[in-house]
Amino acid sequence: MKLDRRGFLGTGVAVAAALAAPMVLAGGHGKPRVVVVGGGAGGATAARYIAKDSNGEIDVTLIEPTRTYYTCFFSNLYLGGLRDMSSLGHTYGAMAFQGVNVVHDWAIGVDRDAKVVALAGGGRVPYDKLILSPGIDFREEAVQGWDLSSQNAMPHAYKAGSQTELLKAQVEAIPQGGIFAMVAPPNPFRCPPGPYERVSMVAHYFKNNNPTAKIIIFDPKPAFSKQALFTDGWSRHYSGMIDWINPDFGGKVDEVRPGSMEVVADGEVVKVDACNVIPAMKAGLIAEQAGVTNEAGWAPVDPHTMASRADENIYVLGDSSQQGDMPKSGFSANSQAKVCAMAVRGALTGSSIFPARFANTCWSLIETNDGVKVGASYEATDEKIAKIDGFISQVGEDDATRAATYEESVGWYAGITADMMG
Amino acid sequence: MLVNTRAIFFVLPALLLGFASPVLSDDHAGTGAQLFQSCISCHEIGPDARNKVGPPLNGIIGSPAANSEGFRYSRALVARAEAGLVWDEAALDDFMANPSAFIPGTRMSFSGVRKKSDRAALLAFMATLVPETGLGVAHLEPGDPEVTPEILAIEGNVEYGKYLSATCVTCHQASGKSDGIPPIINWPAPAFVTVLHAYRSKARDNQVMQQIAGTLSDEEIAALAAYYESIQP
Repeated sequence: MKLDRRGFLGTGVAVAAALAAPMVLAGGHGKPRVVVVGGGAGGATAARYIAKDSNGEIDVTLIEPTRTYYTCFFSNLYLGGLRDMSSLGHTYGAMAFQGVNVVHDWAIGVDRDAKVVALAGGGRVPYDKLILSPGIDFREEAVQGWDLSSQNAMPHAYKAGSQTELLKAQVEAIPQGGIFAMVAPPNPFRCPPGPYERVSMVAHYFKNNNPTAKIIIFDPKPAFSKQALFTDGWSRHYSGMIDWINPDFGGKVDEVRPGSMEVVADGEVVKVDACNVIPAMKAGLIAEQAGVTNEAGWAPVDPHTMASRADENIYVLGDSSQQGDMPKSGFSANSQAKVCAMAVRGALTGSSIFPARFANTCWSLIETNDGVKVGASYEATDEKIAKIDGFISQVGEDDATRAATYEESVGWYAGITADMMG
Repeated sequence: MLVNTRAIFFVLPALLLGFASPVLSDDHAGTGAQLFQSCISCHEIGPDARNKVGPPLNGIIGSPAANSEGFRYSRALVARAEAGLVWDEAALDDFMANPSAFIPGTRMSFSGVRKKSDRAALLAFMATLVPETGLGVAHLEPGDPEVTPEILAIEGNVEYGKYLSATCVTCHQASGKSDGIPPIINWPAPAFVTVLHAYRSKARDNQVMQQIAGTLSDEEIAALAAYYESIQP
């Protein structure tokens, strides 16, 4: 899906040509203009809230290349066979009806002096306030031997859509007793429990279709999100199937070889039947192109408003932002988007601004009806978005509690997608 | 709150009796709850409602007149009660319109609710009050702690409530649609306040709701309640 962004990047010539092209929006009507880049949990929410709450006083344009947005959250359930791909797809018609000007194109450059976004299709979109919510991109050379040209042999499936479908097909093609490998990412990355929920869902599939298959997780981290809950669940549901290798025991991958389906870790070559490489991440490329990212690859923001520390007219939401204590999740992005929408409306129309508050919950499914969750609430300090207090599911909860947690996550999915898309 | 292993949806005698009168329309309960704030200084509602200047009004609709034990009713009202007066909507509507005209000699020193639409809203709200607890509709569970009349009387800022609701709508859909998480629009404010306080005090055990409610002050809960009460389906 969003991978194609790189295809559009390349040449400065294209960017220069785009900046010279005619305006997409007719100017001169005097309304303040907000442009949002990226129609996921952060951007879609921000665009819709600004349009909805400004009663036509602000022009809102959303730039999103895909006509159907597939949520990364819940895509592991598709891998496990518990959800259809179509149930993860969401379109922008309702949002357009609610007053958001939806442009399906790639944003390929930001001219911060002229306050114009350049589109791959040649258009230019002027803004008074720009909101960037482009999700993640992958770091070059993060895993030796892997780059985007090898994503078909070793999918990342960390942007939902065709990559997810490809990974599912590869899991299903693993011969009886074969090996599924995952190269897990280093911190920080999108959806901290995501890789481990994915392993759970692949194990769920194996249990019913390929019970002698094995799963190896090569992890560069000594610990991971909800670790006690996952390892307890794995031993209860998938005993002997999953091998998590932490860096002390050779989890750090030296190299992957997509051509021969090999993973080299701690000097040892492991031949596998399918390999999910989730590389190290950074902010979506447009944030980097706009010049609002730091050396670590993320975009530092003001916790009170989500405004970029580098440019007061640019806001960065969700995975791309470096904000403090919130995990990179769809829930977080949605929460940040509402604070940002309020701040942007306040700046442009003088509407009320209340103190920022944020919340996040991450639900994960370990096995059918065995759901767990972790969550917290947050406040803005001058330094960062700071955690106030949090909770996590407990090992040993009864079946009814776990089933209720799963059902709650299903309700959340319906709720957040309705909140994003209208 | 989750899904319903423990949520007990009361079947309300009051609701079964209610809505027979043409003056009532059932979407007025929210407005009625706001209007009812002026009644609270004399009439308590809630699990521990007691006789004050006036009798408590838990489950008032459909109940026989003058039946709050220990309350000193006027002779006139006692006489009407002995003659079989029941507080159905029609009788309460007449009484609220002008108490001393409906019951000459009543001790209720209140000139009346002039507007028929206000009375209809009040009746719709009172129809949601459960006899035992005085708190309404299908939202309460046994074990929800009592909330004091002072807390119930806090006037919520609707605009602030709308902002705060941004946290709620990620799970509880703004449209009132439900897919595994209960809808919360158009609840009477007293019920909304009571339920959030129950999560904040951890009398209810959903972790997400405990977390969210734990960050809210009494005023913020009142603001959310006022906002949600105003949202029609």
